[in-house]
Amino acid sequence: MGTLPELFAGWFAARGWSPRPHQLALLAAARAGESALLVAPTGGGKTLAGFLPSLVELAERPRDGLHTLYISPLKALAVDIARNLMAPVTEMALPISIETRTGDTPANRRARQREAPPNLLLTTPESLTLLLSLPDAIRMFAGLAAVVVDEAHALAGTKRGDQLSLCLSRLQALAPGLRRVGLSATVAHPDALRAWLSPRGRPADVRLVIGRGGVAPRLDVMLPEGHLPWGGHMGLASAPEIYARLQQAKVSIVFVNTRAQAELIFQALWKLNDANLPIALHHGSLTVEQRRKVEAAMAEGRLRAVVATASLDLGIDWGAVDQVVQVGAPKGVSRLLQRVGRANHRMDEPSLAVLVPSNRFEVVECTAAVEAIAASELDGDPPRPGGLDVLAQHILACACHGPFAPDALYAEVTRSGAYAGLSRQDFDDVLRFVEDGGYALRAYDRFRKLFRDSEGLVHAANNRVVLQFRMNLGTIVETPMVKVRLRGGPMLGEVEEYFVGTLVAGDCFIFAGQLLRFDKLEAMTAVVSRGGEGEPRVPVYAGARMPLTTELAARVRGILHDPAKWSHLPPPVQEWLRLQQHFSALPPPDGLLVETFPRGPRWFMVAYCFEGRLAHQTLGMLVTKRMEKLGMAPLGYLATDYVLATWSAFEPTGVERLFEQDILGEELEEWIAESSMLRRTFRNIATIAGLLEKNQPGQEKSGRTMTMNADLIYDVLRKHEPDHVLLRATRQEAAHGLTDVARIARLLGRAEGRVQHLALDRASPLAVPALIEQGREWVAGGAEDALLAEAAALVEEATGGTELFSELLAEVTEGVSLGPPARDRSRPKVLESRRRRRA
Amino acid sequence: MSAAPIHIAGERLMLDPAGVLFWPAQKMLVVADLHLEKGSSFAARGHGLLPPYDTRETLLNLGNALRRYRPARLVALGDSFHDAAGHTRLAEQDAAALRHMLNGVAVTWVLGNHDPIAPASLPGEACDELREGPLVFRHQALPGKQPPGELSGHFHPKGSMPTRCGPVTRPCFMTDPRRVILPAFGAYTGGLAATDPALANLFPWGARLFLLGKERLFSLPMAPMRRLTTA
Repeated sequence: MGTLPELFAGWFAARGWSPRPHQLALLAAARAGESALLVAPTGGGKTLAGFLPSLVELAERPRDGLHTLYISPLKALAVDIARNLMAPVTEMALPISIETRTGDTPANRRARQREAPPNLLLTTPESLTLLLSLPDAIRMFAGLAAVVVDEAHALAGTKRGDQLSLCLSRLQALAPGLRRVGLSATVAHPDALRAWLSPRGRPADVRLVIGRGGVAPRLDVMLPEGHLPWGGHMGLASAPEIYARLQQAKVSIVFVNTRAQAELIFQALWKLNDANLPIALHHGSLTVEQRRKVEAAMAEGRLRAVVATASLDLGIDWGAVDQVVQVGAPKGVSRLLQRVGRANHRMDEPSLAVLVPSNRFEVVECTAAVEAIAASELDGDPPRPGGLDVLAQHILACACHGPFAPDALYAEVTRSGAYAGLSRQDFDDVLRFVEDGGYALRAYDRFRKLFRDSEGLVHAANNRVVLQFRMNLGTIVETPMVKVRLRGGPMLGEVEEYFVGTLVAGDCFIFAGQLLRFDKLEAMTAVVSRGGEGEPRVPVYAGARMPLTTELAARVRGILHDPAKWSHLPPPVQEWLRLQQHFSALPPPDGLLVETFPRGPRWFMVAYCFEGRLAHQTLGMLVTKRMEKLGMAPLGYLATDYVLATWSAFEPTGVERLFEQDILGEELEEWIAESSMLRRTFRNIATIAGLLEKNQPGQEKSGRTMTMNADLIYDVLRKHEPDHVLLRATRQEAAHGLTDVARIARLLGRAEGRVQHLALDRASPLAVPALIEQGREWVAGGAEDALLAEAAALVEEATGGTELFSELLAEVTEGVSLGPPARDRSRPKVLESRRRRRA
Repeated sequence: MSAAPIHIAGERLMLDPAGVLFWPAQKMLVVADLHLEKGSSFAARGHGLLPPYDTRETLLNLGNALRRYRPARLVALGDSFHDAAGHTRLAEQDAAALRHMLNGVAVTWVLGNHDPIAPASLPGEACDELREGPLVFRHQALPGKQPPGELSGHFHPKGSMPTRCGPVTRPCFMTDPRRVILPAFGAYTGGLAATDPALANLFPWGARLFLLGKERLFSLPMAPMRRLTTA
């Protein structure tokens, strides 16, 4: 255990603090020259622990130049931390300079930072990537002693984390003595995170320091007064109860799962807000200024509550928050714990949290989550291996910095945690891709981005390559968005272009906590005014809705199966499960319960798989394909986090055949390749890898143009070079996340020989939530053309075959003003870049 | 594959789901916006090393259409190459395939904004505009009131049809009794929404869209749009 120098001990004492054991442990690790990972709940001086060794070193041996680099996933966090660090530095009069560097840093300061770097530089993975690609990176980083990675758990296993992992390897090569410090929330796999942080991809290289857990949080599950809803995920029925809790607490954060839900809950709370409590809204689609305003108001204690999405999962501590409300299913234990930890950062008092399930299944899920937290059982997957697209960007960054030898770069890359398992073949293919596209048809020799000199060193071909790398840097690819501006007023934020495409003038929708009327689209901006009539809509975003984790799903199954565990459930839920037991059966903890029953002219099949929405979506496709083969004429399916439901023209019999392991065969490959999820994945990968441009010098390309091109390129590449490295990267990524194939395999394994099929004469109680769920999938496979045919037939029927443009009509109306077209909701209004084709 | 007949200026024209138009009376196949060598054009200008297979793919599709209709004449409505030097970058194999499929076909290259000069290395005539009987073939439709019978490309129209699972968007023919605008044929050609003022204003009395499907076209009427005043 380390001890504090007198100056620092005095400073702690003056504040009435004593150094925490984990702060001293990090000091000790630093003195031994070791890297370390601090795993601790929020609060408890985690950030200070990360910086303390650097402050002590610099106090003892002041020097010029960069000593410590701090990386945060959030720009705002870097700025806040810099401000907070100024307190000890000023109060102890330490000779230490501190600065931040983000995309917002003015050019003159950036230039100065390259000339004379501060001792402590606080930045983001993207800014670090850019710094490392500059020719003078060696001079800037050669003396670097430490790098502190904040919120390491949130970065590892993401593309930004891949990028950072590669940058850390680069830094280590420039400054071999560099020690790394990771700061992380409590995670299920600390050793995997140690390996990720390690300079050689080995957990043993990184000392693990566990911060003492605070007092266990106090969690309640709160139900709405009166009827407990069967379905729905918004939790609006509980608004009065939530409002009552806000009135009782000093400051609350109300966490929800989606931006649409945030808007609706915010509206519902303000409708009840007779006491005029200052309640704010915070989500990722609001303008940055607006979010900063809310954060500042929160920090200054001017708010009683903020309704927030994952946009507030990470961030600076607000000491005043004394209650967290989670509306809707928690979906994962680790995430819930992180959210709960945002309340009450004093470690000697429990965090208070209320879970507000929005339907019956979610009651069980909330109860399971409370159980899991009480048992300190966390969930989440270990970080996946690094993506080849990010590697492509890194190779280009390295070439922009200066010539490199492929052998040396391969060695450097495989020393990073995320790429420790990278094969030489994959590395070479990615390198070739960056050089000239890497196509079997060697058409682009003249246009190559990199060239090799006679000694085998790889150089960037010209300045344009370097410039374009800088324009396209980063691993975050946005869905095409449209800005929303109040007529004659400020920007309110962004909604997805797709959503605006479905609006016609006069439609109203809820956004940024206001009721807005859509007026018109003007140069990629939706102009709106306040107010509006009719049923308002709520923009939805394609964003990652988190699926139920495996661990939490297992606990849910455990509760459902065992009536002895029902005592914690509210009476209506107990009653519901008893009815299920009576009319059908309870889903077994192992094996698979499948119900079939007729309803109207169709046959339904409900399988209680509990493997999360993504896995069920993929499974739904596979099962309906098999049903088709067996002549059951499937019509559609629906995937929730808990069940897969299908409906078909004929009764499904012998359902074991639908869940045999061999459904994971060729059909899967085929479907995955065709699915829109894979197209989206390819678009992101192609953009990150530098095949498609994010920005062109002097010309902003609209997001839509990029989408379109990516799809065309995907189709052509699949046909002519199916094994291209970018397609391999796309499949690899899909296998890891989007399609959750591993979870399907696990389920099918569990179900083998243990399918419990019940043929019922009507829907069972447990099946009801699925039957009223929204968002259905229609059976794929030429489905789009079938849908078009159906719609075209409908149009003909509705218009009675009248040709809108018949010769006659044209003659009659010519020269006559037709006035504005009749308002037609069904008419699609597709948004397009207004840029005319190179005219 | 079933083509749909339309009548313009008294002529019967077949719209094909592959995105080509056939004029049976003249045994003429019409195709728009091939944008050959778009991939290499991007690469040459440093905008990403796109897969270099777009020309091959487009020619494969063109060859199929030629085999199906066995036309005496082929009219390409401009932007046949993505840039003026495009034809010089054709891979040897692709150039040979193109010459082979054009053997015995009278070709007219209507010039477009992307390819303002004739592809010297290829067979066929080049012109800014072609008149044949009551029909006129040009790259870009002329705005305002025109005599009936104009066939053009340039805009790459695409249409969205609402279905019960949300809108489905496809390249489309855009027609009224006076003109046809063909969808772009090239493998790397995107689309412009039929409702975009640039296109919609060419059809003041509304239009009929024929969305391309795998086996057939899907027809959809489009109501007239009032001229947009600003943008």
